[in-house]
Amino acid sequence: MDAEIAKTQEERRRMEQQLASLTSVTFDTDLYGGNDRDAYVTSIPVNEDEENLDAMDNEVARKLASYTAPKSLLKEMPRGGAEDDNEDALGFKKPQRIIDREDDYRKRRLNRVISPERHDAFAAGEKTPDPSVRTYADVMREEALKREKEETLKRIAKKKEEEEAAAKAGSVDKGTEDKGPKRRNRWDQSQDEGAAAAKKAKSTSDWDLPEDATPGRWDATPTPGRLGDATPSASVGRRNRWDETPTPGRLADATPAGAVTPGATPSGMTWDATPKVSGLATPTPKRQRSRWDETPATMGSATPMAGATPAAAAFTPGITPVGGVELATPTPGAINLRGAITPEQYNLLRWEKDIEERNRPLTDEELDAMFPQEGYKILEPPASYVPIRTPARKLLATPTPLGTPLYSIPEENRGQQFDVPKEAPGGLPFMKPEDYQYFGALLNEDDEEELSPEEQKERKIMKLLLKVKNGTPPQRKTALRQLTDKAREFGAGPLFNRILPLLMQPTLEDQERHLLVKVIDRVLYKLDELVRPYVHKILVVIEPLLIDEDYYARVEGREIISNLSKAAGLATMIAAMRPDIDNIDEYVRNTTARAFSVVASALGIPALLPFLKAVCQSKKSWQARHTGIKIVQQIAILIGCAVLPHLRSLVEIIEHGLLDENQKVRTITALSLAALAEAAAPYGIESFDSVLKPLWKGIRSHRGKVLAAFLKAIGFIIPLMDALYASYYTKEVMVILIREFQSPDEEMKKIVLKVVKQCVSTEGVEADYIRNDILPEFFRNFWVRRMALDRRNYRQLVDTTVEIANKVGVADIVGRIVEDLKDESEPYRRMVMETIEKVVANLGASDIDARLEELLIDGILYAFQEQTSDDANVMLNGFGAVVNSLGQRVKPYLPQICGTIKWRLNNKSAKVRQQAADLISRIAVVMKQCQEEQLMGHLGVVLYEYLGEEYPEVLGSILGALKAIVNVIGMTKMTPPIKDLLPRLTPILKNRHEKVQENCIDLVGRIADRGAEFVPAREWMRICFELLEMLKAHKKGIRRATVNTFGYIAKAIGPQDVLATLLNNLKVQERQNRVCTTVAIAIVAETCSPFTVLPALMNEYRVPELNVQNGVLKSLSFLFEYIGEMGKDYIYAVTPLLEDALMDRDLVHRQTAASAVKHMALGVAGLGCEDALVHLLNYVWPNIFETSPHVINAVMEAIEGMRVALGAAVVLNYCLQGLFHPARKVREVYWKIYNSLYIGSQDALVAAYPVLEDEHNNIYSRPELMMFV
Amino acid sequence: MQASDRFNINSQLEHLQAKYVGTGHADLSRFEWAVNIQRDCYASYVGHYPILGYFAIAENESIGRERYNFMQKMLLPCGLPPEREDD
Repeated sequence: MDAEIAKTQEERRRMEQQLASLTSVTFDTDLYGGNDRDAYVTSIPVNEDEENLDAMDNEVARKLASYTAPKSLLKEMPRGGAEDDNEDALGFKKPQRIIDREDDYRKRRLNRVISPERHDAFAAGEKTPDPSVRTYADVMREEALKREKEETLKRIAKKKEEEEAAAKAGSVDKGTEDKGPKRRNRWDQSQDEGAAAAKKAKSTSDWDLPEDATPGRWDATPTPGRLGDATPSASVGRRNRWDETPTPGRLADATPAGAVTPGATPSGMTWDATPKVSGLATPTPKRQRSRWDETPATMGSATPMAGATPAAAAFTPGITPVGGVELATPTPGAINLRGAITPEQYNLLRWEKDIEERNRPLTDEELDAMFPQEGYKILEPPASYVPIRTPARKLLATPTPLGTPLYSIPEENRGQQFDVPKEAPGGLPFMKPEDYQYFGALLNEDDEEELSPEEQKERKIMKLLLKVKNGTPPQRKTALRQLTDKAREFGAGPLFNRILPLLMQPTLEDQERHLLVKVIDRVLYKLDELVRPYVHKILVVIEPLLIDEDYYARVEGREIISNLSKAAGLATMIAAMRPDIDNIDEYVRNTTARAFSVVASALGIPALLPFLKAVCQSKKSWQARHTGIKIVQQIAILIGCAVLPHLRSLVEIIEHGLLDENQKVRTITALSLAALAEAAAPYGIESFDSVLKPLWKGIRSHRGKVLAAFLKAIGFIIPLMDALYASYYTKEVMVILIREFQSPDEEMKKIVLKVVKQCVSTEGVEADYIRNDILPEFFRNFWVRRMALDRRNYRQLVDTTVEIANKVGVADIVGRIVEDLKDESEPYRRMVMETIEKVVANLGASDIDARLEELLIDGILYAFQEQTSDDANVMLNGFGAVVNSLGQRVKPYLPQICGTIKWRLNNKSAKVRQQAADLISRIAVVMKQCQEEQLMGHLGVVLYEYLGEEYPEVLGSILGALKAIVNVIGMTKMTPPIKDLLPRLTPILKNRHEKVQENCIDLVGRIADRGAEFVPAREWMRICFELLEMLKAHKKGIRRATVNTFGYIAKAIGPQDVLATLLNNLKVQERQNRVCTTVAIAIVAETCSPFTVLPALMNEYRVPELNVQNGVLKSLSFLFEYIGEMGKDYIYAVTPLLEDALMDRDLVHRQTAASAVKHMALGVAGLGCEDALVHLLNYVWPNIFETSPHVINAVMEAIEGMRVALGAAVVLNYCLQGLFHPARKVREVYWKIYNSLYIGSQDALVAAYPVLEDEHNNIYSRPELMMFV
Repeated sequence: MQASDRFNINSQLEHLQAKYVGTGHADLSRFEWAVNIQRDCYASYVGHYPILGYFAIAENESIGRERYNFMQKMLLPCGLPPEREDD
């Protein structure tokens, strides 16, 4: 502690000396480098929230506090910013639904079925599993069956295709006969083509980048039988009609209940073959819908909603029930809806409900009221009558009034519900319609007592979950805690059966998912090994999180899976996930691979190695091998350099994949190797020894994607090698690379560029080799205009070229592209410029000879002048970089450059003027180096003339340029002279634009610092007034610069006048202004020594006005903070004032005085002012019972300050009187003080603790302290 | 809890107690406080080598013995806790 104080004091002393020498030139180091102002409070609060005034002191605030809205509403207040979306523009942002931002691949998560729980071998022990329980063997068998079915379907599809092709060929011969099939073919064909095209486009853009969250499309298995497998557009076209047979377990294939099975007759196929089917583009592709399904006639009890398949779905055997099916739903329309309901369907449903409600049949009571009592008889309906339930029919039927009823005042029906959702009983939160299917049971007001314990438990879980999902934060918190605490009591089964279906809800929002995932996380922790039977269920809903585009969702997913694997153990995890490894669906395999990598990182790679080895060598299916190798890739991506200890074994496990018979396996193997090499860099080359040969051989035999993957692997392996080997292997691969330079494939281009970069940056590759063998082809193929159009290509090409330049030098590269600065394509010129900028900034311009220099300057001038849009400032930066690196060599070109600048300063376009001004600030230093002061003076005058600029952005740049010139040529030589320049700046200070303000205040501050004497004092006073306004600026830099400028001005013209202005300013009403003024006063006091300011300041305290007095106190507080140790000379002077303030009735007086005392105490610690401080402490101490937060904080801090200055013992003595006070309120406060005292200086208290008397068998005395030698 | 406590460490008394064992609260008994004091003192003696040396000379023991003794005394510095009256 002492050392720290000594250090700060030392620093202060140094600063004091600096400040004491008023004559010396102390310029603003904050703005111009250096750091002697570190002690300042660098930010003056602009918002109320940083303020130390108590909110409750303010009358308005106190009143307002009673009018309040829920926090959720207040937080959702309209935000500015024009979004294109209409609703957003209104400022009401809808909560984000997950499904809305998911692409089709990610939506495939909804296709997965939450599997029933499985057998837990650990819990069962030696027992034979109950036949009703699903064991590992069962699951594997099912998977095998599914795969076989898929194979069969694929074969059938293939055969069908062949037949069709044959038929088509035949039909061409036969001419026009056989019209029906032919038409069908045409439809099919066109669709297929379109689909194929779409697929192609998709696959080129979505190449597999393993680090990308989006799984690559190129390892998607196109299994024609499955709808979800292919890309969406493709799926429609590709779908084979033969699949439509209602196979159990496949929802999409479910046929309308009453309809004949389509596909049984060829004519049936034509229905679907119409392009109508493309209306399928609803988010959930499985909800097959065709117009035929909607016919009411065939379906006896059809629900009126669109997509009437649910009835069929419910009949489809073999579907595992997903939660909610058996729940009674209160909404009439939503009877049989299964879990997956699209948002559109919800809307439709709501609408239907509304219509239904209005057009509902008249009840007997209503009819009784309508018709006269006599003369009518109620007839029995005929036996054959079946009521029509479809609204379509009802709407068509014209209502025929049987007679005009007389008007009667309708009786009010109090029980009517007006479509308002039924209020949830028992303080449950609001339920959205989507929630009914999950939580509907809660609305049945059954008697809790009558329910079985099981049902009660279910209800309890549902209630808690609903509270977590839709409740207010406090509700949520308690519900979450209860769920956690009672997790074991509830049991894993009931919990997960409720939670997991919720996570599959299609209308889930981010926030809801986050909360539910949190529930799972907590529950997992409690349930521990009880989760085992549910592992797969949980994985089904959590795995999709791993590929979510939201980073936090991915992290959450990882966390859950990692906890799950710790709770369930490796064996269970493997048993649960093994069947998914060779699942037919690529989506499932992809997510499973990712999940496995998380398991590996949670339980350690070694534990998983034997399993991985077995999987990667699977003979049965290539899918298993593929997934196994992908797991290795994901492990490398996930855990990075931590793979190093296991690198060799991982490589050994996958190396055979390079020679696999399946192309996809070869590809993924190469990608995995790339990931491993990337993770291991720069170590571990020896582990890759075994794969070098197959890789390098492979690049000679492969083409296309496989080749790209192989090249990628090589690109990552080469940097690990020794120089010698790297050079050899680079030469080997370079042949192929150069050949692939010409590849039209965009992905191949990117990979080739990347590999070239990696090879070139390796140590062993010599410049000569690059220059002779690579450069010509490289430039010929890549430095073309087309490359500049795609952003990723652009980046990659620039990076690679810069890397090459690092090897071969500036001249070679710049020489080759300098001509292109005059190319006619602007994006291309920009790419050239950016490359030149980076190369020159990296390596300097010494390599550039006179001729090249000329070309270069010519080129950049051309490019600079021809630019039309330059948002990223590429041209400007490039120009600046080149000029600065050329240094004095630019001299001959400066007149030309300045001519351009001058001309462009006069341009009509604001953008051009701004760029010209910005360019001046970039090259000012170089102009000085070239001794072109006259030219700069000239530019100064020109800029001065443009100070009337209207566009703030441009004006800001002009001011910046002026500042750059003033900085370089100094105050005396500046033209226009400072005395002319400054008066011109004063009105600009009023400008509210941030860029203008910042540049202007910087310039003014600079002048005040260096050349104050050139300007009359009256001008400076005028500027002072303007500066007060600027203390309110939003940008911290502006406020800081303003405060500093105050100091300079005060120093230049003496504090009296400035102070008078500032003190007057304390009387103004606006708080913010006063706060800023107090800071300015403190700054003036610091720069001009406190004795120049304190008398006037203390005199001001006599003004009987609250604001002024508070302002004075606040200034004192800042002042003592800034002057630190210097305060010891003034402490006795201000003590009477502080006494008065600390006894004032006004809270704010005491608060501000307390903070002044704190700063004072901290400043003078150890300087012998204890008497005054104890005196002040006596005034501070009675305030410890204040309740207002700001006041009590200030008081506590003052006491802390006293602890430092007076020592802990003194404060402890003050404390002891209340620690065991009879009144609890008093004790609480005193213990609080004691605690902060204890935390602050525990050790110092040892000597000061009171002597306690021993009690019967307890010894409280401390005899050691009595020892004496 | 007072409004002001929201902003400082006192807002989480439990947390405070967990982090700084010696801190107290309004319901601390004389015995508990005394135990804290004693432990702090012993910790301080052990922590300052010169004072340990001073005690060693005064008691004519080795410094290591002194340190050991102090550490032992930290276990139950004031003897067994007195019977609570209110239970």
